[in-house]
Amino acid sequence: MSDAALPTARVALVGNPNSGKTALFNALTGSRQKVANYAGVTVERKEGQVFTGAGRTLSVLDLPGTYSLRARSPDEVVTRDAVLGKLAGEEPPDVLVCVADATNLRLVLRLILELKAVGRPMVLALNMYDIAQRQGLRIDLDGLSRDLGCPIVTTVATRKRGIDDLVAQVEGLIAAGAIGAENSWREPDAGQIRDAHREAQRILKAHVRPPERPDTFTGKVDSLLLHPVAGLAILLTLLFVMFQAVFTWSKAAGDLMSDGFAALGGFVAAHLPAGLMTSFLTDGVISGVGSVIVFLPQILVLFFFIILLEDFGYMARAAFLMDRIMGGAGLHGRAFIPLLSSFACAIPGIMSTRVIDNKRDRLTTIMVAPLMTCSARIPVYTLIISAFIPNRTVLGVLSLPGLVMFGLYAAGIVSALAVSFVTRRLFWRGAVEPFLMELPAYKLPDPLNVLRSLYLRGKIFITRAGTIIFPMMILVWFLSSFPGAPAGATDPAINYSLAGRIGHLLQPLLAPIGFNWQMTVALIPGFAAREVAVAALGTVYAIGAADASPGALATTLQHNWSIATGLAFLAWYVFAPQCASTIGVVKRETNSWLWPAVMLAYMTALAYLAAFVVYQTARAFGLG
Amino acid sequence: MHDMIADSAKVLAAVDEAARTVRLSAARPGDRGVIVDVRAESHPGDHGVNVDELQRRLLEFGFVEGARIEVLHEGAIWRDPIAVRLDDMRIGLRRRDAEDVWILLDPQ
Repeated sequence: MSDAALPTARVALVGNPNSGKTALFNALTGSRQKVANYAGVTVERKEGQVFTGAGRTLSVLDLPGTYSLRARSPDEVVTRDAVLGKLAGEEPPDVLVCVADATNLRLVLRLILELKAVGRPMVLALNMYDIAQRQGLRIDLDGLSRDLGCPIVTTVATRKRGIDDLVAQVEGLIAAGAIGAENSWREPDAGQIRDAHREAQRILKAHVRPPERPDTFTGKVDSLLLHPVAGLAILLTLLFVMFQAVFTWSKAAGDLMSDGFAALGGFVAAHLPAGLMTSFLTDGVISGVGSVIVFLPQILVLFFFIILLEDFGYMARAAFLMDRIMGGAGLHGRAFIPLLSSFACAIPGIMSTRVIDNKRDRLTTIMVAPLMTCSARIPVYTLIISAFIPNRTVLGVLSLPGLVMFGLYAAGIVSALAVSFVTRRLFWRGAVEPFLMELPAYKLPDPLNVLRSLYLRGKIFITRAGTIIFPMMILVWFLSSFPGAPAGATDPAINYSLAGRIGHLLQPLLAPIGFNWQMTVALIPGFAAREVAVAALGTVYAIGAADASPGALATTLQHNWSIATGLAFLAWYVFAPQCASTIGVVKRETNSWLWPAVMLAYMTALAYLAAFVVYQTARAFGLG
Repeated sequence: MHDMIADSAKVLAAVDEAARTVRLSAARPGDRGVIVDVRAESHPGDHGVNVDELQRRLLEFGFVEGARIEVLHEGAIWRDPIAVRLDDMRIGLRRRDAEDVWILLDPQ
């Protein structure tokens, strides 16, 4: 063998969900990973490199987990097509590595039989082998290997055990020039699935002795966590702790980042000559991108919890507990995690709807996700509440501002459920997708894998959100800056810009909901991100550095707005679709402009209606 | 005479077995037994997928004739969904999707 590099070989990891496939992928490729999307579909494509002892580079593809090649979701279609070598833009894999949870072989054996029919060279990695040994599970590796006709490697991905062996086996197959057999896989019918189960059962009986010390921990924990009353109480407590953490732990980091962006903007403004370019950099790029990036700490804290609970095996239980509650509103149990994420920011929420198999279920979830009170609404809520809601105690213990805040959150949740309910009834009559999910055995999360997943989530948010946000920011900046103020102008510059003109134009339309022209104008830069409306209000009311002194802005608003107007503004923001980035992400995830347009229309209609009702009611009570 | 006794014993056994054969959708926590039939007939058009597809999904998850099953937990609202132990796996599913899974409960 010469020193010249051998040609790169392609390896695809296939396996059931919860088999530790991603942990094995991480152990194999370390930090040499790339995450992107498969061409034309919104399925995450994870690829990494590993070098064999023989000097070959293996390009490893981590395919989405599946129970069968009979694909049902976009993720599973990718897995099937990649395995069959029919995926557009992908070269067929040279070797398949089937990853199996050694303690849970029954279902994966049936998948292995399907994979064998595909005819590609394959290695079976029996992962979590340490747990199998601890349980006293005996597997006759040689017999199993003979029966399946493929080499078997035992691995413990979290401890990087068996990795070299796995790589060596793959290299062995490639070096031996294994090309496999003709593909004879066809979509099985019910009878063939039954036959495959019988065959799997025979193999299992012949080579695997049941565990001497089966896992009883999962059963014990489940009797508490899946208890109809205690289980729900624990879930709610967990959610409460999560939200506390999201808003308290991340506050310091978020503040630091927004200060940092403010300082950067100030630095640029101070060192560049005042002009268009500087305005573009400070008001457009830095403050625009900054206004979204400041949510990164919150998103990371939220995802930290989600990944931890996911790896522990709890998320399937949460979906189980919430299924009926969400099902009443026509949502799938799996919509729970995306909607939960949307409390931090709708962008990661909408991106995580990919776990929902059914297209309609997924679309409904995407459409209602922005109704969850994302953290960008908080600055707006806080400003208006501090200006218009008296700081009183009601019923002895509850503070009125706190109560109003809670009410706004509740309004978001209730309206999301109502919208999905109505969508189900009116547009997508007919039944919901079957709910069938494995409740995996509980496992202690591996800290390194948790950190790696967290890093990945953060990176995805920054790159994907960034590429969508950036052009939107430029558009919004353009609207608020052109044309510039004429010489000798007395009003704030934004008043003369396109945004100002649009605001004035729209004002009569918004008069019935109590909005004055300043508010209408502020709504337009607010399109960049909801909380930008606060700064925009500061700009139109010509209060310098509104962020630095929110008190001053609140006082100004108090003098300029009636209570009815303030309340109408709050009601508007429960529904307002004022986030260009969300619209962009919806476009990207649904691959069409239809759904973002529908979202924009229905949310604007709801916002207008809510603000109208609130404004007119408040006026009737003499608060106008 | 002897035949009659044997026949009636058979009939009794059959009656007993019929009485112990229930839909998984009607089972309660603690019920355990063996899956005897997985059909494709109930509520066509009401599962979001056709009944044959639902049957195949059930089979793929291991709801297959001969598998040991035990109902472990049920949800708080309308006792739905249910969590079952199926051979050595745990699976959560809705009762409406479990109607065509028939189980022969173990004798008490």
